[in-house]
Amino acid sequence: MTPQINEIWVYLSASPLLGLTITLLAYQGAFWLYRRSGTNPLVNPVLIAVTVLVLLLTLTATSYETYFAGAQFVHFLLGPATVALAVPLYTQFRRVRAMMLPVLAGLVAGSLTAALSAIAVARLFGASLPTQLSLAPKSVTTPIAMGIAERIGGIPSLTAVLVIITGIIGAGGARYVFDAMKLRDPAIRGFAIGVASHGIGTARAFQVSEQAGAFAALAMGLNGALTALLLPLVLGWLL
Amino acid sequence: MIGALTQLLVFQLLGEVVARWLALPVPGPVLGMLFLFVALVLRSGPDHELQTASRNLLQHLSLLFVPAGTGIMIHLHRVADEWLPLLLSLLISTVATLVVTALVMKLCMRGRTAQGDAP
Repeated sequence: MTPQINEIWVYLSASPLLGLTITLLAYQGAFWLYRRSGTNPLVNPVLIAVTVLVLLLTLTATSYETYFAGAQFVHFLLGPATVALAVPLYTQFRRVRAMMLPVLAGLVAGSLTAALSAIAVARLFGASLPTQLSLAPKSVTTPIAMGIAERIGGIPSLTAVLVIITGIIGAGGARYVFDAMKLRDPAIRGFAIGVASHGIGTARAFQVSEQAGAFAALAMGLNGALTALLLPLVLGWLL
Repeated sequence: MIGALTQLLVFQLLGEVVARWLALPVPGPVLGMLFLFVALVLRSGPDHELQTASRNLLQHLSLLFVPAGTGIMIHLHRVADEWLPLLLSLLISTVATLVVTALVMKLCMRGRTAQGDAP
């Protein structure tokens, strides 16, 4: 009996099927909880799914590389999904065009705040320089953030993780921040979520309203481009 | 579904090629989004299939971040060593970014209002 189970495990742990399937199962379970909670932003599906997967992989002594061989098929869809953001952007374009000035002003202010406050707080509490630099692009969508981290001397794979945590914080906390500010406009709420917490914030915004989602998507794209251009220059002056 | 997926991949491919060719700091998919947006303006809107496919994909955008997020297991050491500055930096900076962005936008559009669901 036991040798047979071992053989099955040897097969499964070498095939991408398992990594892909457990990713989808963990997410389905997490999303079910999120729905059950009445889409409470604190019950973030990414956070729950990641926690379950890390525990599972650690318990079965499976390496991240082995897992990712299967999970890469989900990861790959980030590209086409980013392209697909053009559709809601088009649908909401009239509102976006009417708000050109607030959008651009909010973008520049938010982009600089995101990078500089992250470095400042980390430095204040004694983080090492590579950690500080890995934190700087944390509000930018993963592929851009990793590229920026590499250029300014951070650790790209650490940045990828910090980006995700930032997204979870933004998606989970934005509602409470905006409610405390008595801010109602879904366009402003969406845009600020997109600047602060990229795709995970955008995902949350889409689950609530198409308008907020479109503005979040716009913010995510613009903030990625602006930070990639601006951050290396600004750090060049500062450091 | 296949037609829409093909369109998305073609625009992503176009974005990747142009980004590399011109050595732009913007990743290919973001450029692809820009190109698709221009195409939508030119042909005045997405077809029904693209509309449906993009809505389905974006409804579950959060799933797509799970594999990268699981990568935290490689960095558990550094995260454990520097968890306090990391956590404070991420929390304070993310809230500050939300507040600053929203305040600046609000200041720039005083007197204008809108209604709808808010996240």
